[in-house]
Amino acid sequence: MLEVNDLHAYYGKSHILNGVNFSMKEGEVVALLGRNGVGRSTTVKAIMGEVPPQGSIRFRGEEIAGLPNHRIARKGLGYVPENRDIFPTLSVRQNLELGIKNTRRPGKWKVEQFLEMFPNLAQRADSPAGVLSGGEKQMLTISRTLMGDPELIMIDEPTEGLAPLIVKQIGELISEIARAGVSILLVEQKLSIAMDISHRVLVMGHGQIVFEGTPQELRADEAIRKEWLEV
Amino acid sequence: MLEIIVFSTLNGLLYGLLLFMLSSGLTLIFSMMGVLNFAHASFYMLGAYFAYALGLHVGFWPALLLSPLLVAGLGAVVERFGLRRVHEHGHVAELLFTFGLAYVIDETVHLLWGSIPVSYTAPEYLRAPLFSLFGTDYSIYRGVTMMIAVLMFVALWYLLRKTRVGMMIRAALTHGAMVGHLGHNVPRLFMGVFAFGCALAALAGVIGGPLLSTEPGMAQALGPVVFVVVVVGGMGSLLGAFYASLLIGLVQTFFVALDVSIGDLLNAVGFGVDPYGEVTGITLASIAPMTPFILLVLILIFRPRGLMGELEP
Repeated sequence: MLEVNDLHAYYGKSHILNGVNFSMKEGEVVALLGRNGVGRSTTVKAIMGEVPPQGSIRFRGEEIAGLPNHRIARKGLGYVPENRDIFPTLSVRQNLELGIKNTRRPGKWKVEQFLEMFPNLAQRADSPAGVLSGGEKQMLTISRTLMGDPELIMIDEPTEGLAPLIVKQIGELISEIARAGVSILLVEQKLSIAMDISHRVLVMGHGQIVFEGTPQELRADEAIRKEWLEV
Repeated sequence: MLEIIVFSTLNGLLYGLLLFMLSSGLTLIFSMMGVLNFAHASFYMLGAYFAYALGLHVGFWPALLLSPLLVAGLGAVVERFGLRRVHEHGHVAELLFTFGLAYVIDETVHLLWGSIPVSYTAPEYLRAPLFSLFGTDYSIYRGVTMMIAVLMFVALWYLLRKTRVGMMIRAALTHGAMVGHLGHNVPRLFMGVFAFGCALAALAGVIGGPLLSTEPGMAQALGPVVFVVVVVGGMGSLLGAFYASLLIGLVQTFFVALDVSIGDLLNAVGFGVDPYGEVTGITLASIAPMTPFILLVLILIFRPRGLMGELEP
């Protein structure tokens, strides 16, 4: 479904991605792990065109490297950035409604469904989204991207800085997305929810993929964990 | 005295609403794209000249509608083939681009219509009095302009608050990239907002031309005041631009109308100075054109984010 081949990216003169290769199958949940600064976020940003990509990115057989972000999104690729970019002046409901790409062709996710799933959002449905807590904002951004019916969703550090109870809730939401048949690329620093939810794990180091395997294999491989993950 | 208050209030409101027509477009464009469009007042001037030229052939009312549409099309072209390319080279390049564009438009107007005012006037029947108060007439045309300005304000509010496009614009004001990630064409939205902003400026020109004067200096006369409105209101705040427009409109109009000198004011609070002195003899009317800029300087010193703004300029 998604094939990334020899992907390079630069911030100014620094070479951040140094030939990233990986692929994802339909319905697969893949975790992209690694320490801060190894290029995990840059990988998803390059796929969305937010950082200019060099190399090949194919989505459902089509080359998408370098397309404007709205065209990539319309091909069925959803992206939830790490800074929880909610629209603060719009209401919670309006945030969700803006996730819909085409109002004449409603998708499988409904505004009411998310409001039912997250009573906190329902309570504030008509208040400006700027007043939400960090966890609520995270629920809202993921839900908003789902409103656009993506076939693959890339979620960048959804649990960063959140309380354990909220992390658990986000884990449940991600499992729910997987059950709906949506492929997920989950960018995380910690192993916690990634290890329970993912079918496959990628570990990054120095702008490259340095490990690829199942969560069980990563658990068993202490050397990889020591070298690339543990602080 | 009552006559001065009533008419100055009416005229000040009208002038303020015209200022708002210009500043609302400018502030929308600024907050979405980060571009302070120096050519904005030139689109206002084009609005007046196009309405004058079209009006000779199709009549006043059709021209009133056609001119803003034409300027909107021109604005869209400028954004799509000019600004969007220059944008890649940063804000300074954009600023210089709009600066140059303003001169190009101003000189083109000089070339096409000459350097003296053209006789762009409202139809005879609109110049008749709507009502007379204390022996002074208030023309139907002024009433009509006021109505158009208020309608435009309501339409803008409805567009931004109640429509899906308006929601997209408000979202893109702060998080443009995210709106794109959701699958919405943000560059096209920018072009639309730029064109719409130009159309509002043109509408101000169309209805303001017969009131003020349709001449090649009109862009340079009003342009700086519009910038003052945007800064005083707060960069990127529409509501701020609205308050600042009315404030500046009213203050300037009242200063012009009041036959009072600085000395008179000082004497009124018990200073006892010579009301005909070199400085104290200066009338408020002669200070009027300066008031927006005095306000600008004071705002930048004491409240740099403006009346309602969140950003510092």
